[in-house]
Amino acid sequence: MTSTTVAHKPVRWGRVALHVGCLLALLVMLYPLAWLLATSLKPADEVIASLDLLPSHLEWANYKTALDGVNDVSIWRLLGNSLLIAGGAVLGNVISCSLAAYAFARLRFRFRGPLFAFMIATIMLPHHAVLIPQYIIFNQLGLVNTYWPLILPKFLATEAFFVFLVVQFMRGLPRELEEAARIDGCGPFRSFFQVVLPLTRPALITTAIFTFIWTWNDFFTQLIYLFDPDKFTLTLALRSFVDASSTSAFGPMFALSVIALLPIVLFFLAFQRFLVEGMASSGVKG
Amino acid sequence: MTTTAIPPEARRAPAAAPKRRPRREREGAAWVFLSPWVLGAIVLTLLPMAVSLYLSFTDYDLFNPPKWVGVRNYAQMFTEDPRYWRSVVTTLTYVVIAVPLQLALALVVALALKGMKRGKGFYRSAFYAPSLLGASMSIALVWRAVFNDGGTVDNLLGTGGWVNKPGWALLAVALLTVWQFGAPMVIFLAGLQQIPAELYEAAAVDGAGKGRQFLSVTVPMLSPVLFFNLVLQTIQAFQVFTPAFAVSAGKGGPADSTLVYTMYLYDRGFVASHMGYASAMAWVLLLVIGVVTAVLFRTSRSWVFYASEGDR
Repeated sequence: MTSTTVAHKPVRWGRVALHVGCLLALLVMLYPLAWLLATSLKPADEVIASLDLLPSHLEWANYKTALDGVNDVSIWRLLGNSLLIAGGAVLGNVISCSLAAYAFARLRFRFRGPLFAFMIATIMLPHHAVLIPQYIIFNQLGLVNTYWPLILPKFLATEAFFVFLVVQFMRGLPRELEEAARIDGCGPFRSFFQVVLPLTRPALITTAIFTFIWTWNDFFTQLIYLFDPDKFTLTLALRSFVDASSTSAFGPMFALSVIALLPIVLFFLAFQRFLVEGMASSGVKG
Repeated sequence: MTTTAIPPEARRAPAAAPKRRPRREREGAAWVFLSPWVLGAIVLTLLPMAVSLYLSFTDYDLFNPPKWVGVRNYAQMFTEDPRYWRSVVTTLTYVVIAVPLQLALALVVALALKGMKRGKGFYRSAFYAPSLLGASMSIALVWRAVFNDGGTVDNLLGTGGWVNKPGWALLAVALLTVWQFGAPMVIFLAGLQQIPAELYEAAAVDGAGKGRQFLSVTVPMLSPVLFFNLVLQTIQAFQVFTPAFAVSAGKGGPADSTLVYTMYLYDRGFVASHMGYASAMAWVLLLVIGVVTAVLFRTSRSWVFYASEGDR
């Protein structure tokens, strides 16, 4: 039975070629990641001299060196600093962006149109146009070389991309729910917290994950605002390898690179659906 | 005490008053919800923009009060600073290489995945992964090593290490951007899936082949998404920093060939403490991005097709 059906079913060579092509493309694309992982486990003399991707033996000492920290700052300190900044940013963005988005998506107020247009325009605003005065403000407040300049702006909904993302999502929610809530005596605050916010959870999760990953990866802002080695994040600690790039430090440098990348990889594996769909929905409507 | 004790019915009475009250209440509530954003927009966006415009006409080193110098920063930038022009040319070259390549690759892969029944979700996620990882310092360091003397690309192509060659280092930086084509690809794919199948059927009935269907159905229906990706990626590309910083060990070398605009701005402002000059650079960047976006929007009228308008 089965053999006859198989015989009747033509092999779709086009499809096979498509999959082969996709897999080859993936292989090329994932090579840098495999290289990173392999190099983080290579002995010092094989990093440059050897062409093999795989190390002759696994040099776990690279990770031991990386775990000892950078510039006498322990890796746990660096990790903690990174987590603090990323965690603060996530909290700030989720709270402030959902508040602003609710007003734009659901409430009427004067100048709503122009303010919304302004908010959208700030998505395109290059960060550099506001960077120097922001730096001066934080400098005068004595907050340079603290985490405040990296966290505080997120509590003021400065990342308009996420306001827009949440607005788009909230617009898709049925209005009847809020109208029902209003008839039951809910004001805008209760209807926000008890009706709209719980339904907005997917958009808020997307916002949280993207904020975490982008803040974790951010280099420029951290480079400008932080200069005590014990305030450094993992990203900034990696930077100290950039200046002094002796071959012997290669293995530990890439071991630290792997460690710095690990949270993003884990987030990606755990939340890829939210990430991919969050990205897709940001572009399709609007 | 007794005077303040208003009976509950009386307190609730105004709420029952017709129409006006709920509207005003909603307006007030809106501003409460909006207050963090308004504060941020004023203190961290509008005010800084105005201040940076002012500073661009001054000499300012963070320590001494700003000294008004008129348009000297701009004049110096445009007429006496070869490194400034170097950074402009470098950035434009990078944008022109990286953005079209990245979008073309994103579109090709999205088209390949579009009709796939099995494995689409897997490929979509796998191709997307570099978009999240690629912005990190870790990957930028990998890039420097892979494109270095003795690195994989050198071994494969005998290039002798792009990172050390003035003509080639920028290409390595651009390729890191191209590598992150997953984000626009995901947006393309979502756009492709929203094109109604009936359009293709109707075109096929009219005798259109695959190529014709692509040009007459796919391209116009996808043009808003293409436009969105083009604007977003172009704006982002103008602000590239981390990979150029890592590939050149923070110096923009070799021979300033990876000195992108934002790196020179960082160098002038935060390394050399010429905040006035850096502010002038920031304002030129703002204007250029504004003009480029406006031009893209203007030209889009002739090639971007919105289905709702097309119905007439």
